[in-house]
Amino acid sequence: MKKLNSPVLNEKLESSNRRGFLKSTGALSGALVIGFHLPASNAQSAAAAQVANAFVKIDTKGHITIICHRSEMGQGVYTSMPMLVAEELEVPLSAVKIEMAPSAPVYINAMLGGQITGGSTSVRDAWTKLREAGASARTLLVNAAADTWKVPASECSASNGSVVHKSGKKLAYGALVAKASTLKAPEKVTLKGAKDWKIIGKPQARLDTAAKVYGKAQYGIDVKKPGMLIASLAQAPVIGGRAVKVNDAKARAVKGVVNVVQIGDGVAVLAKDLYTAKKGRDALEIEWDNGAGVNLNSLEIESELRTASVNPGAIMRKDGTGIANLDKAAKKVEAEYELPFLAHATLEPVNCTAEFINGECHITGPIQFQQGAQYGVAAGISLPPEKVFIHTTFLGGGYGRKLELDFQIQAAQIAKAAGKPVKLIWSREDDMTHDFYRPVSLHQMAAGLDDKGAVTTFYSKMTSPSVTARAFPPVVQNGKDPFMAEGSENLTYKIPNVVVENVIHDTGVRVGYWRSVSNALNAFAVESFVDEIASASKKDPVALRMEMLKGDTRSINVLKLAAEKAGWGKAAAGRALGVAQMECYGTHSAVVAEVSMTKAGPKVHKITAVVDCGTVVHPDQAHAQIESGILLGFSSGMKNVITFKDGRVEQSNFDNYPMLRMSETPVVDITFVQSAASPGGLGEVGVPLVMPAIANAVATLTGKRVRKLPLMAQFA
Amino acid sequence: MLKLNVNGKAASFDGDPETPILWVLRDHLDVTSPKFGCGMALCGACTVHLDGVPVRSCSTPASAAVGKKITTIEGLPAKVGKALQDAWIAEEVPQCGYCQTGQMMSAAALITKNPNPTEAEIVGAMDGNVCRCGTYHRIQKAIVRAGKAVSRAKA
Repeated sequence: MKKLNSPVLNEKLESSNRRGFLKSTGALSGALVIGFHLPASNAQSAAAAQVANAFVKIDTKGHITIICHRSEMGQGVYTSMPMLVAEELEVPLSAVKIEMAPSAPVYINAMLGGQITGGSTSVRDAWTKLREAGASARTLLVNAAADTWKVPASECSASNGSVVHKSGKKLAYGALVAKASTLKAPEKVTLKGAKDWKIIGKPQARLDTAAKVYGKAQYGIDVKKPGMLIASLAQAPVIGGRAVKVNDAKARAVKGVVNVVQIGDGVAVLAKDLYTAKKGRDALEIEWDNGAGVNLNSLEIESELRTASVNPGAIMRKDGTGIANLDKAAKKVEAEYELPFLAHATLEPVNCTAEFINGECHITGPIQFQQGAQYGVAAGISLPPEKVFIHTTFLGGGYGRKLELDFQIQAAQIAKAAGKPVKLIWSREDDMTHDFYRPVSLHQMAAGLDDKGAVTTFYSKMTSPSVTARAFPPVVQNGKDPFMAEGSENLTYKIPNVVVENVIHDTGVRVGYWRSVSNALNAFAVESFVDEIASASKKDPVALRMEMLKGDTRSINVLKLAAEKAGWGKAAAGRALGVAQMECYGTHSAVVAEVSMTKAGPKVHKITAVVDCGTVVHPDQAHAQIESGILLGFSSGMKNVITFKDGRVEQSNFDNYPMLRMSETPVVDITFVQSAASPGGLGEVGVPLVMPAIANAVATLTGKRVRKLPLMAQFA
Repeated sequence: MLKLNVNGKAASFDGDPETPILWVLRDHLDVTSPKFGCGMALCGACTVHLDGVPVRSCSTPASAAVGKKITTIEGLPAKVGKALQDAWIAEEVPQCGYCQTGQMMSAAALITKNPNPTEAEIVGAMDGNVCRCGTYHRIQKAIVRAGKAVSRAKA
């Protein structure tokens, strides 16, 4: 099968790699060392602000600005990142203004190697870094006060935006800024103990809620620049295709159409509003070369995936004797699971605004990967990266779609060709049919049991396209994409012989990271399969898991509590419970689903989740993230599938790619386990377990084992 | 030239009368609180009121608004608007927030008619509004809270 992958994107990332911002090992080792130095683009505006580092600025009037360096797409970083700084800076969040960070090396996510919001890493990566940034500024202010009063700094403390001396003398931060700016930043700072926290772990209103409910929050799609035109872009019906012949006469004749420009990805029609631009676009006569992707068909993709699964893959984990003794086991259990391609379908469709000012290109939009955008756009319009500036708005959903650089490059190319500021807006159909899809996957599972029914061998072989091989090729070495083994390599069960094997198979469909990445794929296979083992060995699914988790206190705690809360063993007549548990991004969780059957198929009544994510920074939003993840996993796993016919995506809008609605939403009961451990991830953790828990409940209730998603399609 | 009334103020639009209200508001009148989600009246993010009745502005031509009052979140009657916004803040409803103005416009029409809706009535009024973040439970709580505030204000 031929590649559909956009060579443009790969080139951008490779060139970015050459420039060194994305160290090939950075994504894996977290080895990048981050200082607090100001990025160049902040330094100018900080000239008047005397106390400043990359995350906080305080001016002589006492105005405090905290820089949010992660993209706000609903997960709450616009509040949780400032909470970490403010805790150590000793200021209430209500006294703080928030600015979105530009693209700069100081904002690189050390867990991912780029300035990326993803992988449920925001709090984990920022946990020490941002508290130290706040403590650093606080220490400067305390030292300035001590200097002013000619007293030892140890006699002074910071509180509520002021420094206080033990005698009762007090100076507000603003009054200390002039002196503090002449002092050297401390090399080492002391962080507060958990018992002294006033903000972390305490109820805290989200800082973006008011703007969002007053209709004032600016999303990418709301951006307006002087003289700006709106662009609608006709792209090839098959991803990767090119326009070979364009007749734009009829488009130009549409009243209100201002311009038509061609870029590599297609033909853009510009007008003062999207309706007119789209009308003009519909009048374009384009002959497309659809490229190699025109041969893509879903049935063929599935059978090729199966053919590829025969190949030996990369061994991602091997414990004990591996699968050497599998065939000698007293009992052998085998099963296969399949998951489909999925679209991200953020409610805010892909869009971006580009404007040229004095030879600089300013990109404003819903962006998850600021450096990718900067370097990608630079290469896409032949400007040096230092002439490209990234301004991140609120994101109307991200889920990984807005990590991709296609739309930012397109906006810049259209604006350049048109000689005007341009806001490119994709239609829902554009967004659905030109996504970077969650990979299709085939999971072949096997387990060996001894004569007492104990699991002695566990084998998971996944065959799937690799997102990383497309987006960050240097990270994939010897056929190993570390992100493909999420949810299988980190198996929590204590089984003596384990093999996790991954076969990378490029189906020709371009694939992208999708909320929880491979966790949702592997967890569906692993946790469904554990129930199949339980069934084969006539054990209770919770009891079997408990047995296999021996010694893993955190996993056992959440599983036990989830079973209790859901009433395990006490399902009402006509209903059944199903369970699943895992470790995902440093967080342990267990989910129980309560299901009944209707004529239309399974109905999910309640999802019970228990989560141990270590220290909870923002309790209410931690709850919101788990609920959100569960409902996204549910929405997609029940109904959604992306299919291809002659290279064209067959789904186009919410009529044939339906979204969860209020009437279908089950009760969700979430409990967090108290823990003093370092924070684990939260933004994606809710997604993976809901579908295996539901499939397990369905199997218990009906005897029908669903091994292929979307689940409802098995009952059609 | 179409003469329109947006949030109590006169406005005019001299483009194609078939242009959906959504794009007249967003691209010509700079009212960006109604959002674009699907363009087919499937998601409700674009919901505005025409003479107090919720409509999907992505699929309603501007010509249909002539002689009627277009209302967006900014122009809701003070009592209902404030009750909803306060309730949405108290329940911390929004995550990404993109759908929420549309959700609130559907909710406003509901609690204006029926400040004490049953759960089934809430679901019935809100089922056309998609929230991809899954804030439905908080939306339900916020509607109950806002309805109570409106009832109290009436009493």
